[in-house]
Amino acid sequence: METPAVHHGAMFDTNELVINMGPQHPSTHGVLRVVLRLDGEKVVDADVVIGYLHRGIEKLSENRNWTQIILLTDRMDYVAAATNNVGYCETVEKLMSIEVPRRARYVRTILCELQRIASHCLWVGTHAMDIGAMTVFLYAFRERELILDLFEEFCGARLTYNSMRIGGLPLDIPPGWDKKVLEFCMIMGSKVDEYEELLTHNRIWLERTKGIGIISGPDAVALGLSGPPLRGSGVPRDIRKDEPYAAYDEMAFDVPVGSAGDTYDRYLVRMEEFRQSLRIIRQATEGIPEGPIVGKVPRLIKPPAGETYHAIESPKGELGYFIVSDGKSTNPYRFRVRPPSFCNLQGLRALIRGHLVADVVALIGSLDVVLGEVDR
Amino acid sequence: MIDQFVIPLLKIVVVLNATLLGVTYMVLLERKVIAWAQSRLGPMRVGPYGILQPIADAVKLVIKEDITPVRADKWVFTAAPIISMVPALIVYAVIPFGPTIHLFGRPVSLYIADVNVGLLYIVSVASVGVYGIILAGYASNSKYPLLASLRASAQLISYEVAVTLTLVSVILMARSLSMVSIVNAQYNAGVWFAFVQPVAFVIFFIGGLAETNRAPFDLPEAEQELTGGFHTEYSGMRFALFFLAEYANMIVVSSVATTLFFGGWLRPFPNVAALHVLDVIPSWMWFLIKSFVFLYIFIWVRATLPRYRYDQLMRIGWKLLIPLAIANLVVTGIVKVLIA
Amino acid sequence: MGQAIAFYTLAAFILGFAVLVVSTKDTVHSVLFLVLDFLFVAALYVLLGAPFLAAIQVLVYAGGIVVLYLFVVMLVNLKRPPEAHQDPHRRTKLGFGLAVAVLLELGAIATYGMTRTGSPLVVPGTNGPLPGNTEQVGWLLYTSYLIPFEIASMLLLVAMIGAIVLAKREL
Repeated sequence: METPAVHHGAMFDTNELVINMGPQHPSTHGVLRVVLRLDGEKVVDADVVIGYLHRGIEKLSENRNWTQIILLTDRMDYVAAATNNVGYCETVEKLMSIEVPRRARYVRTILCELQRIASHCLWVGTHAMDIGAMTVFLYAFRERELILDLFEEFCGARLTYNSMRIGGLPLDIPPGWDKKVLEFCMIMGSKVDEYEELLTHNRIWLERTKGIGIISGPDAVALGLSGPPLRGSGVPRDIRKDEPYAAYDEMAFDVPVGSAGDTYDRYLVRMEEFRQSLRIIRQATEGIPEGPIVGKVPRLIKPPAGETYHAIESPKGELGYFIVSDGKSTNPYRFRVRPPSFCNLQGLRALIRGHLVADVVALIGSLDVVLGEVDR
Repeated sequence: MIDQFVIPLLKIVVVLNATLLGVTYMVLLERKVIAWAQSRLGPMRVGPYGILQPIADAVKLVIKEDITPVRADKWVFTAAPIISMVPALIVYAVIPFGPTIHLFGRPVSLYIADVNVGLLYIVSVASVGVYGIILAGYASNSKYPLLASLRASAQLISYEVAVTLTLVSVILMARSLSMVSIVNAQYNAGVWFAFVQPVAFVIFFIGGLAETNRAPFDLPEAEQELTGGFHTEYSGMRFALFFLAEYANMIVVSSVATTLFFGGWLRPFPNVAALHVLDVIPSWMWFLIKSFVFLYIFIWVRATLPRYRYDQLMRIGWKLLIPLAIANLVVTGIVKVLIA
Repeated sequence: MGQAIAFYTLAAFILGFAVLVVSTKDTVHSVLFLVLDFLFVAALYVLLGAPFLAAIQVLVYAGGIVVLYLFVVMLVNLKRPPEAHQDPHRRTKLGFGLAVAVLLELGAIATYGMTRTGSPLVVPGTNGPLPGNTEQVGWLLYTSYLIPFEIASMLLLVAMIGAIVLAKREL
């Protein structure tokens, strides 16, 4: 009979501790559930469970007419609702080959970038909060409030805007709105510096984010990451540059990329995106052309039979819509969304393995997922 | 009879009540200061500028349902908050708020007791406080509290070493363990020990942040990671006891830092006769002012800094603070011998 | 009179908690009673006029060592079946033997202590006994008991290195 070798764990049982993080946990950003298998505080493995916020938006959309779907898209990435609206409307416009007037495209660009800033404000606040810096959270929300005010003035809502129509805009911009947007750009520029002052060179922040959750460029591509998590790994993929939509082809801006692919680089990329977004907003607001706000759209929206995929760069990454129309009914035959949060979340398991519990929340934060979009 | 029993008893009553009041208002101060740092207003509803908020909080906490989880170890679960609160309060017995003064023609010392092992008493009582946290985590019979209580106890034990070592350098300077004698030694030396022992002071302050579980070392109650830490399963008054113990400990650390490094109740430049004007402010006020500055820094740090990770915290404690404290102690000893 | 009452009360608590330490089924409770026991022993030291020892007792035993006990008890799964042995009374016999040995030793110490009369510690160069308890302990440790003190610290160092070697296989 063979005697088992006396090893380290022979005397004491060293069990793995399985803890359930979420769906009700302060830093899983909604209802994400992560089942962690811990060895001490080290994560041996993790199971990411989603689906707690599933509302069946895709299936619902197949039973709504084309205009009604716009307000459903609001409910996906609810911190960047206007971006969802733009993505959907452009897809339908592509399906119907509608020419959108230049003025509408400019306003869409402004709204998209304002949403990017609002979304990044929420991200920088919660991400810093997860790592323990709570002041940034309130500073960022203070500025997000200004954006919400701008949106309220534009479309009357503060969270779910329903702010787009197929073929253009529901309303023209209110008088003086562009001045307010420029004023906001002035304020926001210094506020971004303020966030960076609190975090970028902070020793503790560096220790908590540098070298945490490294993912190489090829790996990020293989996992299907997009947006800042992809650019943080040094892949310069930005749909605004590569396949311009709205009025991005007329804007001058840079695409920031990271090098190490760690949490810190993803942070730096987003911080730089704040500035680039402000740059775009300034150009677009100053150059808004006169003209109509809606293109030639038929009374009854009934796209010809066919299918199309159109993607835009949402604050979280590639937001794509795949729509099939049978050409007969007034609702889509198939409606499918490629949500950036869902695809980015697939990287989480690879990222957190081998890190500590405290890093898990930092990494969830650094992927910047919105569960409304993951589950739809 | 009066000197032996009545006056000490009165002093205990006054100090205990002042402390508990101070602790509750510490909570308000923290909320207010952090709110101002974050461009908010803080509590504003209860009383003018929210100054009655602590009372409202206390009433709320007392009348809240007190839940004991079914699977909890009931006796230990009940004892844990008490164990963490009692050491935090009895430490005040040896903290000197001022020298002996004359009140109604009777000499009254502004401290409850001046034992000649005062400093050791503080350290040993503080070391018992860790049981509250460990047992809370254990008795809750839940995973997050257990993880948090392990973190907390490891943290407290590690930082206690560094802090105690810095105290030894102060003892070397003062040649006494009595808190009153340490203040007197600073008077005789004509300089606050913070200027003679800057390294010890810095280590003491960082260690103090860690020992009171304050940001950036507030890992045991890291809400974002451990959903509230060791008191996740606590509610009502038992939760409040943990909360109050943390603030009471903050006041203890501030008072000890004031006494050891900033001359306790002494006014600035106690030996310079030209500054006698400063004596308008009574000695105990000086003590409170200095302690208040420390408390303010505690809050300020919390509003500014992110949180360290557990392994980083241990690394700082063991690989940086403890060697530094030992080196400081050795250098202090050598210098003392050379001068003597 | 007052001292005697205090002593007997404390002694009763100490013995009572000591019995609870060994008789309680739950290991964590047992460790807790040990802490209480140590605290009362510290109170006994205060009664004997040795506040320094009392503080050290609380700091080292109650605050330090037992915390480590508690760690081990909490983290290690102790719910293993007891090991069977041919002679079920072996432990009892061993226990009685040890108890007798300890009693003899205590008796010897007591008689030795009776025959010697204690004298206040006088430091050469100064007149009169040392002022405080702390100073007395310090003085004795660095004069009469220097070698045992150094040996004890060597032993602790060895134990520490041993623990590191055991815990960290790959250095």
